[in-house]
Amino acid sequence: MPSILPKQLRTSRLPALLIALAIGLASPIAQADNLADIQKLMKNGQYPQALEKTDAYIASKPRDAQGRFMKGLILTEMNRPVDAIAVFTKLTEDYPELPEPYNNLAVLYAQQKQYDKARTALEMAIRTHPAYAIAYENLGDVYAKLASQAYDKALQLDSANSTAQGKLSLIRDLISTGNARPAGRPTTVAKPVEPPKATPTEPVKVAAAEPAKPASPPAATVAPVAAPAVAAKPIDKPAAEPAKPAGDTAAAEGEITSAVQAWAAAWSRKDVKAYLAHYAGDFQTPNGMARKAWEAERQQRIEKPGKISVSVADVKVTINGDKATVKFRQDYKSASLNSSAGKTLVMIRSGGKWLIQQERVG
Amino acid sequence: MRRVAFGGVLLTLVAVGPALPVPGKSGAPTTTYSDAGIEAQLVRIYAEIEKNKLENALNLVESLLHQHPNFRLGHLIKGDLLLARARPISTFGNATNAPQERVADLRDEAVARLKAYKQKPTNNAVPRYLLQMQPDQKHAVVVDTQKARLYLYENDKGRPRFVADYYITHGKLGADKMKEGDKKTPIGVYHVTTSLPRQKLTDFYGSGAFPINYPNEWDKRQGRNGHGIWLHGTPSDTFSRPPKASDGCVVLANTDLDALAKNLQPGLTPVIISNEIEWLSLDDWQKERAALNKTIDTWRADWESRDTDRFLRHYSKKFQAGKQGLDEFAKQKRQVNAGKEWIKVKTENLSMFRNPGKEELVVVTFEQDYRSNNLSNQMKKRQYWIREDGNWKIIYEGAA
Repeated sequence: MPSILPKQLRTSRLPALLIALAIGLASPIAQADNLADIQKLMKNGQYPQALEKTDAYIASKPRDAQGRFMKGLILTEMNRPVDAIAVFTKLTEDYPELPEPYNNLAVLYAQQKQYDKARTALEMAIRTHPAYAIAYENLGDVYAKLASQAYDKALQLDSANSTAQGKLSLIRDLISTGNARPAGRPTTVAKPVEPPKATPTEPVKVAAAEPAKPASPPAATVAPVAAPAVAAKPIDKPAAEPAKPAGDTAAAEGEITSAVQAWAAAWSRKDVKAYLAHYAGDFQTPNGMARKAWEAERQQRIEKPGKISVSVADVKVTINGDKATVKFRQDYKSASLNSSAGKTLVMIRSGGKWLIQQERVG
Repeated sequence: MRRVAFGGVLLTLVAVGPALPVPGKSGAPTTTYSDAGIEAQLVRIYAEIEKNKLENALNLVESLLHQHPNFRLGHLIKGDLLLARARPISTFGNATNAPQERVADLRDEAVARLKAYKQKPTNNAVPRYLLQMQPDQKHAVVVDTQKARLYLYENDKGRPRFVADYYITHGKLGADKMKEGDKKTPIGVYHVTTSLPRQKLTDFYGSGAFPINYPNEWDKRQGRNGHGIWLHGTPSDTFSRPPKASDGCVVLANTDLDALAKNLQPGLTPVIISNEIEWLSLDDWQKERAALNKTIDTWRADWESRDTDRFLRHYSKKFQAGKQGLDEFAKQKRQVNAGKEWIKVKTENLSMFRNPGKEELVVVTFEQDYRSNNLSNQMKKRQYWIREDGNWKIIYEGAA
C-alpha cells in the first residue's frame, strides 16, 4: 500500500483513494502492487527506476490516469518541468474533471514564474471542485505572487529576491479518479471496449462528470445584471410551464430565494444538520461520491475551527415546474479561504420544500 | 471583513468633491468603452470596489492595462486587488518593501485623476485668464498645477470653449519658478514657440515637445531665470509620471500630447500656467473683458489726440521698457509728439490674457498700425497692464 501519504491529504478522502487505485483494472491487486512499487522507488529517490517502471505500466494501460499522474510527479521530482507539464496538461485534456493535474500544472507554472497560467489552472481546478482547499491555498499564493508582479510594475521594484514566497503544494495523489473518464468522445471502433470495463453502475457518474463543463463559459452565466434578468424571465416561463399563473411562479421564486438564503445561513452558523437538510435525497455528490462520505466531508469542512461567512447575492431563479435553476454569486469567507464565485444550484420541490439536487460552480 | 476594509482604503481616495453618478452601466462587466479615458475607467474601477465587486474591478483594471500596459497606477490597483484575495490588506499600495515615496506618488496621481474627473469644468465658467484670444489663435492651453491638469480651450468666435483636459506632471518642487535648476514650473502667460518632433528628441521626452517662452518679459523684469521649459511627452517605460516629478516642464502622457499637439500653433498658441485656476462666470468674464478693451481703446485714442499728458496717464510710475523708465519715455514722447500734425493708430488681432498670481496683471498683444504725417510703422506689440488704485496702467511695453 502507498506509504507516503501526502501531508495535505484530507483523511476523509482515504476511502476514495482506495477506490481510485482500484479503478479500471482487471486485476486490482496487481495494479496496486505496481503503483506501490513505484511509490517505494520514488520514496527512495530512485526516480529513473520509478520512471522506467511507470512507463512500462503506462505502456500496458495507456489511458490509466493514476499511472500518468505518477509519471508527472516523477518528472517533477527529476526536475524535468517541461516534460512534467506535458504529462499533466494531457491529463487535464483527457480528464478535465480531475482537479489534481490542474493543481500540479499550476505548481509547475508557478515554479517557472508563469503565474497567469498557474492562476488559470488553479481556477480550473476549483471550478471542477469548489471545495478544493489545496487549490485554494495555492491560488492564494499565486494571487500574492501576481500582486507582487503588479507592484513591481507599479513601483519599479525588483522584488524577485526580496519576497521569499511559500512554495505551492504539489498534490501527490490522484484522489478523484473514481469517476475519471476520458473527455474525448470514443469515436473509433477500438475504444468502446474500454468504458464498459469501468462503468457497470454509471448513470449517476455521467451526471457527476458534468460539473466540469461550465468551465469554459462561466462568464456568460454570471454576466447578466439583475435588471435585464427580470425582464428576460417572462419569456422563459411560458415555454417551460404555460399552465402556471404568474403569481405562483413569483411565490415559488420567493420560496426558492429564501431556501437559498437559509442554506447559506445554516452554513455560516456551522449548523451542519440544517445545512445538509437542504440537500435532496438524490443530490448528485461531487464525483459521484457516496452520500455518506460526502456528508462526512462536508461536516468535517464546516466544523473546522474559525468563523465561516457565506452570503449570496445577485440571485437569479429560473423555474420549470417543480425544478428550478438558481444562479447567484457566493461570497465565502473563512479563516483560510476567501472566495467570490458564481454558483449554480439545481433545486427540486419536494414535500413543499425546495431542496438542492445539484451544486456547481459557474 | 477584509474586503470592505480594502474598499475603504481605496475609497478614501475618492472622497473628494461632489459624488457624481458613475457613467456607464453599473454592474455589468463590460470590457470595452467608447469613452476610454483613463479617469472614466478609474472611476468605474473604484465604483466596483465600493460595491465590493472585486472581481469586476480586477477585470476592469486588466482591461485598462491591456490598453495601457505601462500604466503604473493600474498595476498598483491590480496588485492590491489580487493581494486582497490572498490575505487582508490594510493600505493602498500594500506591496511589501514598497518605497513609500513611490506609493505616495501613485496615490497622488490617483487622487489627482479622480478629482479632475469629478470636477470637470462647467460650460458657463471660463478660466479668468482667457480674457480675449486673437482671431487666429485657434486654441488656448491653461494649466492648473495644483490639480495636475491641463485644459484645452477652443476659440469660439472670441469665447473660450472647453475642449478637453489632461493629467499632467509639473515640477518636483512645485510651481512659481524663480531660478535655473529650482525644479519648479513657471507661473505666467506664455506661448508655444516651436514644435520639436520625436525624432529630434531622446526617449525621455516621449512623442514630442513644445518649448514655451519662459522667461518672458515680465519674468526677466522680476529677475527670474532658467530656460528650457517645455510641454512634452513621457518616456516609453511608463504611461504617466507622478504629479510632481519634472524639473519644471509640463509633462503629458504620449497619447495626450499627441492629441494636444494637433491643436498647438507654434508661435501662437497661448499656454497659461497657474497654481490654481480662477474661474469666472461668463457674465463676469464678459464685464472684465469689455472694461479692459475700453481702457485700451482710450489709450489708443489718447495717443491719436497728440495730447501727451492724456496719453501718459495710461502709464504706471513703475513703467519700464528695456532700460527706459517712465521719465525718459515721457520725455521722448513729448519730443516726438511735438513734430506731429496727425497720428492714426490701429490695434488689430488683439489678445488679452490675465497673468495668474496675486498682482492684477494682463498681457496684451496686438498688431499696431501707426501712421503719422512723418512716420508710419507696423509692429507686433506686447504690453503688460497692471491695476493700480483701481485703474489699469501700462507697466511694460515692447515689441512682441
